[in-house]
Amino acid sequence: MASLKEMRNRIGSVKSTQKITKALQMVAAAKLRRAQEAAQAARPYADRMASVIANLAASVSGPGAPVLLAGTGRDHKHLITVAVGDSGLAGAINSSVVRAARDRAQELIAQGKEVRFICVGKKSFAPFRRLFGDKVIATFDLSKSKVLTLDTAEPIATRILEAFAAGEADVVTLFYSKFKNVVSQVPTAKQLIPAIVSDAAGAAVTPDLKGGVYSYEPDEAAILETLLPRNLRVQILSALLENKAGFYASQMSAMDNATRNAGDLILALTKQYNRSRQAQITKELIEIISGAEAL
Amino acid sequence: MAKLHFSLVAPERELFAGEVDSVDAPGAEGDFGVMAGHEPFMTTLRAGVVTVKSGSSVTVYEIQGGFADVTQTSFTLLAEHAKAATV
Repeated sequence: MASLKEMRNRIGSVKSTQKITKALQMVAAAKLRRAQEAAQAARPYADRMASVIANLAASVSGPGAPVLLAGTGRDHKHLITVAVGDSGLAGAINSSVVRAARDRAQELIAQGKEVRFICVGKKSFAPFRRLFGDKVIATFDLSKSKVLTLDTAEPIATRILEAFAAGEADVVTLFYSKFKNVVSQVPTAKQLIPAIVSDAAGAAVTPDLKGGVYSYEPDEAAILETLLPRNLRVQILSALLENKAGFYASQMSAMDNATRNAGDLILALTKQYNRSRQAQITKELIEIISGAEAL
Repeated sequence: MAKLHFSLVAPERELFAGEVDSVDAPGAEGDFGVMAGHEPFMTTLRAGVVTVKSGSSVTVYEIQGGFADVTQTSFTLLAEHAKAATV
């Protein structure tokens, strides 16, 4: 049985832990709102972009189509981009994305494919370096960038395009956690190259030409050529924004749970402490009384 | 006069959406103006100034490259970077 002083210390330490988790929860809740707004504000752009590309893709298909859209025709080399958060204390959100990407990678390796990785977010560095070593070709730390803009996504997209141009990748897939709502974030794989055009809800976008015949300036292929790299950036940005919103949502609920658990623990410990204190007082009383009777 | 539905969308947010009279934009192959009933076309944009006219009010935006999708009744401008500019 722990001494009373030890128990007092224990209760004190749990109390301060609870204060920390409570504070983290409130910070996450405040940040979640902003992250959610940012994710929503970015949606119109991504959706419009997707529908424009779907329109164009419908008119530029066949052998002349750009490789970013049609792919290289092989699927031997895979580039997996993993996007997770930069800090922990957020429940399983980071690890579930890491696990999804790892499982996919191992599956591909078992099929004899070549797999390389780009890690975005600190929490993905260690697991992939440990498992796949020098197959990780680039890492991006986003903890310094408070606001996610197209400039944040730019270096990641550039690196992916470099790898693609260098023939290091035939298929590029992005793993991130989709922000479904505050209580549910789904680890999701999105294929970036060859482009599968889909809107924010994940449904495939069908071309909507509205019966109009478009004229293009310059021609379709040239527009597509500039639009596809841009689309890559936009896709990455929207994934990062969803990730961020999901991260705070997950952190909020994780910290809420932690606060509640700390509360339960404090109650249990306090009860135990009071019992043993009472037991000690009773014991001392009995000693005094029996001592007095003996005289 | 028929109105044109114009929306200016940047990656971070939608800057403008509404009915306007005309829009001038810097196309890759020359500046162009769009009014309602324009022939449908698509073009890439270079950096420059977008002027939105609605009645007597004129709004100006600075954009840095982007993409324009024009139909008979609407004009969607996807801008890389965009901000409201002072005239």
